[in-house]
Amino acid sequence: MKLKATTKNNFLTYAMVIVLFAAVQLASGAGMLSSHLTGLLIPISYYIILAVSLNLTVGVLGELSLGHAGFMCVGAYFSSIFSVIFRDAISSSLLRLVLAMLIGALAAAIFGVLIGIPVLRLRGDYLAIVTLAFGEIIKNLFNAIYVGIDKNGLHFSMKNVMSMNMDKETGRTIINGALGISPVPRDTTFTICFVVILITLFVVMNLVDSRAGRAIMSVRDNRIAAETVGISITKYKLMAFAVSAAFAGVAGVLYAHNISMLNTKIFSYNTSIMILVYVVLGGLGSIRGSIVATLLLYLLPELLRSFNDYRMLFYAIILILAMLLNNNAAFRGAISRITSKIFRKKEAVEK
Amino acid sequence: MSAEVKNSTNNVLETKSLGITFGGLKAVDNFTISIKRGQLYGLIGPNGAGKTTVFNLLTGVYKPGSGTFFLDGKELLGKSPIEISKSGIARTFQNIRLFSKQSVLDNVKLGLHNRFRYSALTGVLRLPGYFKNEKMMDETAMELLKVFDLDGEAKTIAANLPYGKQRKLEIARALATEPKLLLLDEPAAGMNPNETAELMENIRFIRDHFKLSVLLIEHDMSLVSGICEELTVLNFGKILTSGKTSDVLQNPEVIKAYIGE
Repeated sequence: MKLKATTKNNFLTYAMVIVLFAAVQLASGAGMLSSHLTGLLIPISYYIILAVSLNLTVGVLGELSLGHAGFMCVGAYFSSIFSVIFRDAISSSLLRLVLAMLIGALAAAIFGVLIGIPVLRLRGDYLAIVTLAFGEIIKNLFNAIYVGIDKNGLHFSMKNVMSMNMDKETGRTIINGALGISPVPRDTTFTICFVVILITLFVVMNLVDSRAGRAIMSVRDNRIAAETVGISITKYKLMAFAVSAAFAGVAGVLYAHNISMLNTKIFSYNTSIMILVYVVLGGLGSIRGSIVATLLLYLLPELLRSFNDYRMLFYAIILILAMLLNNNAAFRGAISRITSKIFRKKEAVEK
Repeated sequence: MSAEVKNSTNNVLETKSLGITFGGLKAVDNFTISIKRGQLYGLIGPNGAGKTTVFNLLTGVYKPGSGTFFLDGKELLGKSPIEISKSGIARTFQNIRLFSKQSVLDNVKLGLHNRFRYSALTGVLRLPGYFKNEKMMDETAMELLKVFDLDGEAKTIAANLPYGKQRKLEIARALATEPKLLLLDEPAAGMNPNETAELMENIRFIRDHFKLSVLLIEHDMSLVSGICEELTVLNFGKILTSGKTSDVLQNPEVIKAYIGE
């Protein structure tokens, strides 16, 4: 059977993720992973989800978004509130996490649509600035809010724990202002992360290779032409925004349920930029590229530990070189010549 | 009276004193034409006469300041470009507007967007509707590409096509929306005489094969006199004259507008 080029490409991406997961499992079974490296596995996983989902907005839809950490924040907080409340009611940590992910995804998707509607008319730099502001607003909102629960239900305040006026005996603080939520049940495992990565890839890659995906790309390629063939720009822009935000929300859930002490520190502008760097370096629109770039760039500072003080300097230089080479036509040509030669040899052997 | 009613059902497009002003400048004024079913109709005039503005009015890009227009007797005034596309007007652009990063096949499939529909969820979950519709889309798109001899390049990225083929692809994409009226904005621009001759054959063929009417803007007089049955000449936003191609081209006022006195 002859497979479509995109289908083949997608299978290669799944295969890469599965092989990596199997290799890590084998290595950890054989005791080859240091505890430090083991601790990095879950963060790498949710950064992969963040990069793949941001690629949907930046690479496929072609709109620059600098608020991805904001959607992650929404997912993390909404799901953590749920998990803290139902910690005892739901004993299975897997079920609790699955429900938390659904809540986180839904909350982030709703925020994605809410931010999407007013900024639909904006493009390029303007959209980037609005999404940046959105991320900061969300972060500061969760920094300032107090949420508690008692027998009468939920209580909110923007001042302090006391002003929520909770019942003394049954009152429990859930969000303690800037101190955040603690403790969030540590439900995230590497295996769950792996499954969620596969689900993310399945949804994003299938969406891109479908009627809706083509429509999203047509908005990127030529808005006026898209309208004249009868494609609703509003609809597909919102769709891309919402799906992208939902998966950022899921990544936030995985993050929150891994660290136990959730506060807003990580959901800063820097994180959004870092995810954007993964996407741009991996190649706009290239899902596999996003995964590889995340792996390399996340592990690079760890591998450079032996350079101590110069670590971040090397990181920056490698990043700049990678970006330059990635955009260099001659370099890309050379790479494609090499890969085509390798593939031709393979085909010849198969024959 | 009865003759008039009969006449109006015979017309695919009727415009009634369409007009639009841009900051005091009457870009198009009192534009009234009617195009019969299956007709090849030309719109000519010097640069800046307002020809492309007429196209933008007919496709909903601009909202007319005055007048109205009908497609198959249905009023389309104030409709969005999407609704107008669904009603059956398709167009190409003077400066080609393809989905340049997508394949030739996908460009045509985007033209089929509203003819073969399945939800995003069906696409993500790969339900049977996905495979059924994608198969029909592939087949329909390939048929259209064959008309323009582009089927061999179905997998090429649109931006990598040579110029002449990009123009053809744009027409194929417009045809994919199954229009009743096709608007072509300078289809022969940048083509050599051989390509223009081939294009003329193509336009005639699609008119007969897809049973549609064509309104085209063109500067190439060999193309205009070769295929247009009727012409309207626009000058400074106003209709200078309308009528049979041979009559219009010999009209002294038209010659004056083009060449000067």
